[in-house]
Amino acid sequence: MVNFVFFNLMPWPYLPDDFREKHRSVWVDIDSKLFDPVKANTVYHTYMDQLEFAEELGFDGIGVNEHHQNGYGIMPSPNIIAAGLARRTSKAALCVIGNSIALYNPALRVAEEFAMLDVISGGRLVAGFPVGTSMDTNYAYGQIPALTRDKYAEAHELIMRAWAEDEPFAFDGKYQQLRYVNCWPKPIQKPHPPIYVPGGGSIETWDFCLDHDYNYSYLSFQGHKAGKLLMDGYWNRVAERGKDESPGRASFAQIFCVADNDAEAEKLYAEHLLYFFNRCLHVYPGFADAPGYRTIKTIKAGILSQVRKENQSKFTNLTWKDLVEGGFVIAGGPDTVREQTEDMIKNLRLGSIFTLLHMGNMPDDKTRYSTQLFAEKVMPQLKNLWPDYASDTRWWPTPLEDRVVPEQGLDHARRVATKPEGAN
Amino acid sequence: MAPTTGETQITTARGIEVVVRQWAPASPAAAEGDILWFHSMAGLAHTEETLDALGQRFRVHAPLWPGYSELENEGSVEDMLDFALLGWDIADTLGLDHPHVVGHSMGAMVAAEMACLARRDLSRLVLVAPYGLWLDSHPIPDIFAVLPFQLAELLLADPANAAKLLTPGQDMGTDEGLAQFMVQNARRLGTAGKVLFPIPNRRLSKRLYRLSAPTRLVLGEADALITAPYGEAWQAAVPHADLVTLAGAGHLSNLDQPAALAEAVAAFLGA
Repeated sequence: MVNFVFFNLMPWPYLPDDFREKHRSVWVDIDSKLFDPVKANTVYHTYMDQLEFAEELGFDGIGVNEHHQNGYGIMPSPNIIAAGLARRTSKAALCVIGNSIALYNPALRVAEEFAMLDVISGGRLVAGFPVGTSMDTNYAYGQIPALTRDKYAEAHELIMRAWAEDEPFAFDGKYQQLRYVNCWPKPIQKPHPPIYVPGGGSIETWDFCLDHDYNYSYLSFQGHKAGKLLMDGYWNRVAERGKDESPGRASFAQIFCVADNDAEAEKLYAEHLLYFFNRCLHVYPGFADAPGYRTIKTIKAGILSQVRKENQSKFTNLTWKDLVEGGFVIAGGPDTVREQTEDMIKNLRLGSIFTLLHMGNMPDDKTRYSTQLFAEKVMPQLKNLWPDYASDTRWWPTPLEDRVVPEQGLDHARRVATKPEGAN
Repeated sequence: MAPTTGETQITTARGIEVVVRQWAPASPAAAEGDILWFHSMAGLAHTEETLDALGQRFRVHAPLWPGYSELENEGSVEDMLDFALLGWDIADTLGLDHPHVVGHSMGAMVAAEMACLARRDLSRLVLVAPYGLWLDSHPIPDIFAVLPFQLAELLLADPANAAKLLTPGQDMGTDEGLAQFMVQNARRLGTAGKVLFPIPNRRLSKRLYRLSAPTRLVLGEADALITAPYGEAWQAAVPHADLVTLAGAGHLSNLDQPAALAEAVAAFLGA
């Protein structure tokens, strides 16, 4: 069973052509004058419509995430989007990947909101617990870098206990003290919704996932070729720890562009991918990695190149050819995309794919075209690549059979009042 | 005459191991007292001319904060109270009786806290380019959002003096040298962030009314971080403090103008 999730990062599609030259960063101190709330009214609804469309096409899940002060993500609160989706969808898993739990004080708020989403959706929530990027966590939200992981660990403990315990309990944390923890409501899924932990390559995150049997989600925009090395490291760690090798332990974000044929893919999508890579990823490197945010172990494992002066313009001149050949994007006609995706799923041993089918400033019609081709001509043949694990239900929601389906009841919701029993 | 120098490792009553670099006059009887010196967020350089000069007259004890020594115990301090009590624990472990306390930058922020907490336990206080106050009208540049190659310009009047911070043989141009720097920087500034990030204000101003030790403020004329308005704010909060401004010195006046800094400190403590 492979789960396909349609993910929308909700990028701002109106960054100017000279964004890279005129602005130092798309994140943290992005020029707020570039945001136009009137245009955003349409942008939000277009993106939410696409997520609903993806359910209609048969995607297993629809995905949202949390970023702050970020030009490629106008979704500081993914729970608000997910709440909207919970009312207008009924089949797809709601993948909130996730809430940066170290940012909330008390983190009980996350336990409550995720529980609400799980209950409203009838048990469809996939709960993501990212540590959060340094840009979001430290620079935008002011958390002390060297204490971020400690605070994350405490928030995790609080949330899991809040969901698990049947009686009010006192929580004497270092960062949050609560005399009466009593999570109300609680999630439908027991013991808790599937938990996905997005990581960008922190070694400690692997062990955290394995300690708790959580899904490790490698979310980068580097694509499956660059991701292979890291995922190999993860699976080696799984083996070292003596854990089962269920593909459900791993998910991966990948950009896809599907067209009638390879040439058409370039013609339709190249400019929008380049918008994403050349504008949306234009992050001032001084915000990439606050000192103390990464562990010493991870620094020693080496991602030093980004701070070197001579590498500051590394991503400036990416071309479509670079993106395709480098595996940043799997693009082309359905056959090309299907073959490469199958290889990726097998090579990286993936249980879930976060498909990035809307990217950058891609307009709605192209997004739907690519998404529908993916759903109809790529996805179906790849659903059952792991027959040995068909009965492994640990990593994906099992919703209520007879859950409420509000989008079918619009007339019911808007019916005029009638006198209730007992009224005069 | 050159002072005698050494390094010792102590364990405080709380069990925290601390490396302390020490200087003392060649003739012990000539010592004019003890100085407890708390270094800046940049740490101590391999060669500290300021401390070499002060060591000719005083016994100088310069502990390295957790994260700044080879001991990998930066997890032992988490907040300002941890730092301030560690400072006094170090003084106790070293057996110092009413030392002069001198702090530089982040170290001055801690030194001021110490002087407020235990106002009768020190002799004189010198605050060099002290962090600790925040003026909305003059936001201190964010040292946590600059790249390694931009730090020198921010911290020094003469960026070439940054070379003094490198350990002998360290070359930032090589991958190995850069890796070493990145690890060192993460440990050091990661620790500094516990009191300086995201806004270097841990409400010290509420406690400065308790600061009663004779106090001198020393500011670098070219300090891009702790600028002249901060000198005024400190003097408003600590009216009995005098203020010395060092020409040609940035935030790290120990590297830009080591002799002038030593003179400004010694003149006050030896008075």
